[in-house]
Amino acid sequence: MAVREDIAETAVAATPRFGGLTVPAWQRLITIAALLVALALPLFLKNFHVFQLTLVMIYSIAILGLNLLTGINGQFSLGHSAFYAIGAYTTAVLMDRFGVPYFLTLPAAGIVCLVAGFLFGLPALRLEGLYLALATFALAVATPQLLKLSIFEHWTGGVQGIVIIKPDAPFGLPLSQDRWLYYFTLAILVLMFAAAMRLVGSRTGRALKAIRDNPLAAKAMGVDTALYKSLAFGVSALYTGVAGSLGAIVVQFVAPDSFTFFLAVSFLVGLVVGGVGWIPGALIGGIFIMYIPNLAEQVSKGLAWAVYGVILILVIYVMPTGAAGFVRLVAGRLNRLMSSNR
Amino acid sequence: MSEASRPMAGLARDDGRPLLAVSDVVVRFGGIVALDGITFDLPAGRILGLIGPNGAGKTTLFNCLSRLYTPVSGDISFEGESILRRPPHRIAEIGIGRTFQNLALFKGMTVVDNVLVGGHTRTRSDFFSDALGLPAVRDRDRGLHHDAKEIIDYLGLGPLARLPVAGLPFGTQKRVELARALVMRPKLLLLDEPAGGLNHEEVAELGRLIRRIRDDHGITILLVEHHMGLVMSVSDIVVALNFGRKICEGAPSAVQQDPAVIAAYLGTAKT
Ligand SMILES: Nc1ncnc2c1ncn2[C@@H]1O[C@H](COP(=O)(O)OP(=O)(O)OP(=O)(O)O)[C@@H](O)[C@H]1O
Ligand SMILES: [Mg+2]
Repeated sequence: MAVREDIAETAVAATPRFGGLTVPAWQRLITIAALLVALALPLFLKNFHVFQLTLVMIYSIAILGLNLLTGINGQFSLGHSAFYAIGAYTTAVLMDRFGVPYFLTLPAAGIVCLVAGFLFGLPALRLEGLYLALATFALAVATPQLLKLSIFEHWTGGVQGIVIIKPDAPFGLPLSQDRWLYYFTLAILVLMFAAAMRLVGSRTGRALKAIRDNPLAAKAMGVDTALYKSLAFGVSALYTGVAGSLGAIVVQFVAPDSFTFFLAVSFLVGLVVGGVGWIPGALIGGIFIMYIPNLAEQVSKGLAWAVYGVILILVIYVMPTGAAGFVRLVAGRLNRLMSSNR
Repeated sequence: MSEASRPMAGLARDDGRPLLAVSDVVVRFGGIVALDGITFDLPAGRILGLIGPNGAGKTTLFNCLSRLYTPVSGDISFEGESILRRPPHRIAEIGIGRTFQNLALFKGMTVVDNVLVGGHTRTRSDFFSDALGLPAVRDRDRGLHHDAKEIIDYLGLGPLARLPVAGLPFGTQKRVELARALVMRPKLLLLDEPAGGLNHEEVAELGRLIRRIRDDHGITILLVEHHMGLVMSVSDIVVALNFGRKICEGAPSAVQQDPAVIAAYLGTAKT
């Protein structure tokens, strides 16, 4: 069958090359470079800054979880602080009350949140868009209070929360605790991002995106939309729960009021700033929600949140589709520049 | 699509049972009776043209076949088994594929990914195996990619495979929908106004394509179309609807001359 002209024209863009390399080649190159930087960075920084970078990675994992749900599957959540809290408390309780080693609490937190997310996702199936947002909002505001309840106090420590002990580097490695936790978190981050990338590019990922774009057509193609949507909720909660678990270990402390609705909104901000549906964007979102509030505070102590608001509006104005769209735009410009110089 | 793996799936059956049997199907929306006791059979390997003026109930019938709507009474059976007990997502697996009247593509995805979703029921996987990228799962997915590529090329979409569907011209998007339905390897293909938005030449090409899909792959086709030239030239049987009722059924030449059909299209028919 003859290819029509309108098609042939668009086809030029089918295998774009930037500066002589294809997009996947660039991606690999940038990933390797970023990994090398990430490996070297703690060696040149003070412990406190290493600790902050560890938090960036933890937030990134949490935002990645939200991205899988919202960006890939099209379901909204204002309640991911709850899953972060459940992950954090699972780790804290297991370490503090049962003496479980910190690294074993991670899978436990992940599984608990997977189940919690799946169960929450089941009734949430009946809710669309804004209504789902409201239901998850309820989850976010209820969780801190539930954690304070006296019947759970024996495990949760009530309002006081739980203090846990920071782990040392294993095998006598000559690393400070902060540096060790940085590398530990980096390893988890790499694993979880790699798994997310795989998932998004797979049959499951395509089904999730199909549901996001057109649920009726997805059904007609044989996608069990109800099952995939609740599982997406579960997997999303798993990611955010593992982040919460790491957060507890790194911060050495959990308390109900660390996991308010504000945290859920921060994840959402990170998601939008990084780019909804773009997996690496979660890293940029993590950097944003870690450093921008501090920056705002340096600008003005009294008006820190107003400054934060202004920065946020500026960012959205400059990058209306988050960092994802921005990166695409810059890559396109660079490419045109290079090809016109040739 | 390789013929060897599914030689003439539809035509191979000749036990006299129709592939699809619609009997006495009634669908209501509030006060409107969208389908009022529709009955017809579609034998395997045939092309059935379903015609009727706007609002006659053609798309409603398609949506019943996809189980997106449930009839208040009547039955629909496919290969002798009622489909009404199946949920919508378990229709693809028995071999019923479709396209939509007003495009229902996955807007945020590329052409090839859209087509691959059409093959969802052809392989198995779960979150866990997909996240780990287990070799067995990846092998199966590669097989599906291969098939998708073949169909994309078959429909002349090859150079567009990696582009997002959202920016493509309407006619091209319709073709992507067709590719998505074909990769499922359906036994029955439902086409809802595939000629919408195509020019004269493209319609002729589409007619040849529809016949080729049936002849090469033995796929039974149910075609809804307003373009009379197309329907009459490709169909073996034509069923005409008006106000939810079947007003005529028969060979294209006979239906074309039927007074009730002519009246319906002139807008004078009152059931
Ligand atoms: N979901 C729905 N809710 C209410 N009424 C509906 C619905 N779907 C269809 N109808 C009504 O049922 C009748 C049949 O519509 P249908 O879409 O099946 O017609 P059609 O034959 O496909 O028409 P066209 O040629 O314009 O596509 C119309 O009166 C329509 O308004
Ligand atoms: Mg219609």
